[in-house]
Amino acid sequence: MTRTLRLVRRRLVGSVFVLLIVVVGSFLMLEAAPGDAVDAYVVSMGGDAGLVEALRHSWGLDQSIWTRLANYLWALLHLDLGWSVTFSRPIRDVVLERLPNTLLLMGSATALSFFLGSALGIVAGARPGSLRDRLLSTGSLALYAVPSFWLALVLVIVFAVDLRWLPIAGIETIASNKTGLARAADIAWHLVLPVSALGFIYLALYLRMMRAGMAEVWRQDFILAARARGLPRRRIVLAHVARNALLPLVTMLGLQSAQMLGGSVVIESVFSVPGLGRLAQEAVAGRDTPLLLGIILVSAVTVVLINLAVDIAYALLDPRVGANEATA
Amino acid sequence: MRGRFLQTPEAMAGTAILVLLATMALAAPLIFPGDPLRIAGPALVPPFQDWTLPLGTDRLGRDVLAELFHGARTSLVVGLAAAAASLAVGAVIGTLAGFAGGLADEALMRLTDAFQTVPGFLLALAFVSIVGPSLSVVVMAIALSAWTGPARIARAEVLSIRERDFVAGARVVGMHPLEIAFREVLPNALPPVLALSSIIVAQAILIEAALSFLGLGDPNRVTWGGMVAEGRTVLRTAPFLSIVPGIALVVTVLGVYLAGEGAVESAAVKKGLS
Repeated sequence: MTRTLRLVRRRLVGSVFVLLIVVVGSFLMLEAAPGDAVDAYVVSMGGDAGLVEALRHSWGLDQSIWTRLANYLWALLHLDLGWSVTFSRPIRDVVLERLPNTLLLMGSATALSFFLGSALGIVAGARPGSLRDRLLSTGSLALYAVPSFWLALVLVIVFAVDLRWLPIAGIETIASNKTGLARAADIAWHLVLPVSALGFIYLALYLRMMRAGMAEVWRQDFILAARARGLPRRRIVLAHVARNALLPLVTMLGLQSAQMLGGSVVIESVFSVPGLGRLAQEAVAGRDTPLLLGIILVSAVTVVLINLAVDIAYALLDPRVGANEATA
Repeated sequence: MRGRFLQTPEAMAGTAILVLLATMALAAPLIFPGDPLRIAGPALVPPFQDWTLPLGTDRLGRDVLAELFHGARTSLVVGLAAAAASLAVGAVIGTLAGFAGGLADEALMRLTDAFQTVPGFLLALAFVSIVGPSLSVVVMAIALSAWTGPARIARAEVLSIRERDFVAGARVVGMHPLEIAFREVLPNALPPVLALSSIIVAQAILIEAALSFLGLGDPNRVTWGGMVAEGRTVLRTAPFLSIVPGIALVVTVLGVYLAGEGAVESAAVKKGLS
């Protein structure tokens, strides 16, 4: 257990530096954008030139760039992300309100691509080089070439407009007053299309990684030994080859999380899912740069936390992880 | 080399697609001279009805086929330029990190981590929305989120190359460390970095399309993503307007992937034989 703890501590220290760089970067972008927090506040709340002057002074915006950076960091330490013009509310509240929907969409899509992708990867990797393998590998590459927003629109045309099987947009039926399980089922029903659009595209990554890993394992001696022992092929494929190729896919889950979050921006905008992505688009439309950067900071923290969780899971699954790091 | 490259049907298909696209992009101003965004006929002509407008017209009466040809230009230019920029930036940063080592390496790698922690698409979105949409800004925005992969690969290569004898030799003859890094080490570290180029071009085309779809593309150019967004407003009555440019995107990106895989495979075969 101490091995895992050491790993977590190491990763946490690294993450703090990484997040600090992200924060400084976002501060620089905020400085580069036209207008400042006072302009934003006055636009949404009203005020005259005197108030502007007073606010600039009291918020420290007339100070040097280093003082402003220090103030920015200080505010962030207190979880204060600033003020949103578009919503006339603190950015933190707006972002935290939307985060769960995005996590739900992202999580479901990741689960879909991970499970379906690795299952198909096992089918392809069972006989590397076979026709089935080639079809699956190229087919998944074709899927990976599809722009997510376009796949989303095609799914809408087929399943929502023509067949009318599934809802066209939104995350739940408006004003239906559903609660408990009925509401959960309603949300799940609304998420079928967005999750498919996002999940099917990234399926290729897991499929190909699984397949490549299995092709590697097939060449190893213990597979030869398993064959010599006369084990049925099915058992060799599942219990020996696939099992040993599965672990690297777990790392992929963490690495992919940033891309999944980015992908959900577009998907949310197509399906009007009130999540972070939709919020980012609203921030762009409202020229609300502080809100946009707040979203970026929250996503960066989310990605760091997901990667930390994946690292821990990996360390628990594979006893070799962290063993060398402790000595290094 | 050529014979081996075109060995698999996948690589052949990919190359054929890319040749077709490059022809479309180059021939666009010749076949469809003038502004592709001008009105060419009545609005919402369906495809295959009027042979002067083979793919019909959009909501504003613009020629879809002309837009498709000019859109190929934008996609290819953005894809190639963004990939070139990210490979160049990534190779330089990776070489510096790997060659310098120590604190500089640590700092540059944390910077790389930071860029990989922020979702690339959100970063590109924020950059374009702050600086303003134009073709060069879109290219920069994409490069901003795509240089990290090449940087990591270049660094890993440089770490192994810098211990070789010819680098020690260059030090002995008194070459400046920067000269060694960029003249001796970087060129030798390039091949695995370049192997990433097809993936980066493909991703760049997809990011550009997504930005344009969200209305953040260059407003003065035809983009396939913008065409899909435009068609979305008449999704129920004229779905072909969003479907056609999307198919063009899929075919293009798939072509880039397939040709890239073919090139990497043939390079691997070549390496194995030599």
